Amino acid sequence: MSMAPAQKISTPARRRIDLQVVGPIVALIALVLIGMALNSNFLSYANITNVLARSSFIGIIAVGMTFVITAGGLDLSVGSMAAFVAGLMILVMNLLTDRLGVTLPVIFAGVALALISGLVAGLINGLLITRVGIEAFIVTLGTMGIYRSLITWLADGGTLSLGFEMRELYRPVYYGGIAGISWPILAFVAVAIIGEIVMRHTAFGRHCAAIGSNERVARYSSIAVLRVRLATYVLLGVLVGFAVVMYVPRLGSASASTGLLWELEAIAAVIIGGTLLKGGFGRIWGTVVGVLILSLIGNILNLTDFVSPYLNGAIQGAVIILAVVLQRKGAADR
Amino acid sequence: MIKTLIATTALVTGFSAAAGAETIGVSIPAATHGWAGALNFHAERTVERLEKVYPDLDFVLTTTPDSATQVSDLEDMVATRGIDALVVLPFESEPLTGPIQRIADSGTWVTVVDRGLAVDGIENLYVAGDNNSFGRTAGEYFAETLDEGAKVVVMRGIPSTVDNERVAGFEAAIDGAGIEVLAMDHGNWNRDTAFTLMQDWLSRFGQIDAVWAADDDMAVGALAAIEQAGRTGEMFVVGGAGMKEMVDRIRSGDKSVPVNVTYPPAMISTAIEMTAAGIVGNAPMSGDFIIASELITLDNADDFFFEDSPY
Repeated sequence: MSMAPAQKISTPARRRIDLQVVGPIVALIALVLIGMALNSNFLSYANITNVLARSSFIGIIAVGMTFVITAGGLDLSVGSMAAFVAGLMILVMNLLTDRLGVTLPVIFAGVALALISGLVAGLINGLLITRVGIEAFIVTLGTMGIYRSLITWLADGGTLSLGFEMRELYRPVYYGGIAGISWPILAFVAVAIIGEIVMRHTAFGRHCAAIGSNERVARYSSIAVLRVRLATYVLLGVLVGFAVVMYVPRLGSASASTGLLWELEAIAAVIIGGTLLKGGFGRIWGTVVGVLILSLIGNILNLTDFVSPYLNGAIQGAVIILAVVLQRKGAADR
Repeated sequence: MIKTLIATTALVTGFSAAAGAETIGVSIPAATHGWAGALNFHAERTVERLEKVYPDLDFVLTTTPDSATQVSDLEDMVATRGIDALVVLPFESEPLTGPIQRIADSGTWVTVVDRGLAVDGIENLYVAGDNNSFGRTAGEYFAETLDEGAKVVVMRGIPSTVDNERVAGFEAAIDGAGIEVLAMDHGNWNRDTAFTLMQDWLSRFGQIDAVWAADDDMAVGALAAIEQAGRTGEMFVVGGAGMKEMVDRIRSGDKSVPVNVTYPPAMISTAIEMTAAGIVGNAPMSGDFIIASELITLDNADDFFFEDSPY
């Protein structure tokens, strides 16, 4: 039933899709070439690992954000939510360390707490949006402020830090890995692949696109619009929790400046990747490319004295707009 | 002067000054980073203490996330609480200069903390850290410790006058010492940004002898990146502001963190205490009070370690 409208959308758009596909990939290849030309260490194992591993937090969140945006929603609260979940996780893990000592169960409890609190936070956003019927922009703007204040309050304005020994035990989750590939990169790859499959080959993915494309038609097609939409926010919340699980072992701390502007980076990555901001069409692998583009810009700027550091933001802004122009051009020419 | 002020505010607010108590308003930025968190911690403690010491004094403490909110806070303090004195750490100099000048013109005692106003002579008392000395103290340590030809990287804060003054002090101090600054970029006083920046610098430069991180949050990020790259021991990191974890590493003799430079957030306590003393007693309190930055070393680290401070 629900397959029919999705197919109808994709058939006339085939010519346009080719141009859309090229845009972000061209931008990514251009950035890699620029990076290679400017610094010989750009393609070194250490640098590639650094860039991919640091992309993983935004990347994991951006995959969830792709579903939310595809279904016509938006979530501005993810950065603050990540900071709050990280703070909560550290607090509880420190408390448990006092009782259980520096042991693995403490880490498992912390991981479970991060995922559950992410889920609950996503559920709150989703319920307010779907059941109370408030605009997603307003709800998540509100929760963004709430979580940011809560982490500041939890940390007493300072920084929450994991106990030193616990940090050593948990540290390999960010810095370790198998076969030379670090865990955050593997986690990001796994989330992206599962996300791509869910988006393209499951009823849930199709329903997201259908709702974002035309909510009323989706409802007439007997799609449980509210439930699907709620599920996108819950999924995003869980992924925020998962990103935090990878983030906390990095520096072992959370403060009021943790996750600042992550929501905008995640949204920018989704849009650069070719997902429509107004919903109806989403592309997970595009989001991955978008995340890599954003990380590479920062990396390349740090590796050179090419521009004044005051202009970093301008370069980033210009590349974001360019990447989107490249893919929208096809649509305009048509 | 204060008597006339009570008369005018009494006209406006009717009853707030009726008890004869005098009110001191304190307006500071919200605890959005570690240093500001400690500022809040010390402000709250000082207010609690002084309320016991001077039963006749009332305090209004507000924290503000941005300049516009701070202007509204100040207006509210004057209109509804009839403050007799104001202790303010301006969020930004330019936008706050006008509103604070109007409050000063109405006869209210004004103490400005740390961030100077754009126009001279508005405040009665100015209490501040010395940003130039903050950079100079770190720079002097670099010049003394490092050999000629040493290579360093510099992590700056959020682009601002505070940051410019610190860097100017640092550059002046290492001038002529033969130290090469490989790169200088903004870590925005943020751990994550500093971590990323340091990772990239470590891939870019084969030799780094020292890092000036200009703030302890950034030093934490830089140290984590150095450890990840397995280059601990090749370089030392000097942060600043005296975060307790850093002071703890200094006093345990950690070679990666040999020294630190103070920029005490407790300066807000200095400002509130001096203002209260000036309002209650007759001790002259007007003028400038500049708190110098000190070098924390292995020998004196114990004096700078505060167990229960959040920073």
